[in-house]
Amino acid sequence: MHGTDELGGLGVTTFDLPSDREVRITRVVAAPKQLVFDLHTKPEHVPNWMLGPSGWTMPVCEIDLRPGGAYRYVWRASDGAELTIAGTYEEIVRPDRLVSTEVLSGDLPPTRNTVTFHERDGRTTITTTVRYPSPAVRDAAVRTGMRDGMDASYTRLDAYLAGLEPVPSPDGNAWPLQEIPPGSKPSTDD
Amino acid sequence: MVTTDRLSATFAALADPTRRAILARLAKGEASVKELSAPFAMTGPAISKHLRVLEHAGLISRGRAAQWRPCRLEAGPLQEVAAFTEEYRRFWDDSYARLDAYLQMIQDGTAEATAAGEPTEGPLDARDG
Repeated sequence: MHGTDELGGLGVTTFDLPSDREVRITRVVAAPKQLVFDLHTKPEHVPNWMLGPSGWTMPVCEIDLRPGGAYRYVWRASDGAELTIAGTYEEIVRPDRLVSTEVLSGDLPPTRNTVTFHERDGRTTITTTVRYPSPAVRDAAVRTGMRDGMDASYTRLDAYLAGLEPVPSPDGNAWPLQEIPPGSKPSTDD
Repeated sequence: MVTTDRLSATFAALADPTRRAILARLAKGEASVKELSAPFAMTGPAISKHLRVLEHAGLISRGRAAQWRPCRLEAGPLQEVAAFTEEYRRFWDDSYARLDAYLQMIQDGTAEATAAGEPTEGPLDARDG
């Protein structure tokens, strides 16, 4: 489709900006796509892994997996901080594709998130494309990222740039991000 | 401090692998157009076009003093986008590391939660992608 199955090996999350209002995240896992799809869409599985940095749990995971159905995830940090993401499924093509809207903590218009699962040789490439509805919404998200992540990212810019591809690949938009120390937590928007 | 036009220009500039490669090269120090062209099968004018996009986005600047007008990285706009994308990276990199471990556990049969009772379209490991 767009060659993302060529990207990276296991254990590397690649990241790029396919357009001026999209973010794309890609990861290859060693499992068939049916299983990987289920781990993204079943409430008995999602809270076991979709947790971000250590210290966070997902006490609420509600999934109504049908077009028009709602989902809601609530994360809780060890210090009690909470983060909620909610949205609606728009398209469900098991085990290939999942399209949903996503609202983070209720204060921005929704993004449209498309997740595709592409299997080859027993491995599945998970590609998540987050599309901001307008430049204004993207800008608000960028400002949030700057507010919450500025200190950390200043110290990491070297690593960030080092992860940029040294040479262009024929079909690659890969933007590997690596070497970032663990231990930070996701932004709480409030 | 961040304008929509500038952010749009930054995102658009970063959406191209050649331009990202140019930035990665410039992160190591300033360089001439000729040096920047070397790794690419591209003409000078093609590279110059990419450089204009990067310059317009404020991601690079061009020297005036020297005849060869060295290009150098301007970290500011990149910093803004890096802080933004860092939010995604933090979350997904750590989550996917957990997903790897969880998948291994399930496929080793040590987790009883393996899609229990769910009808599947066939053997999990036998379907063509």
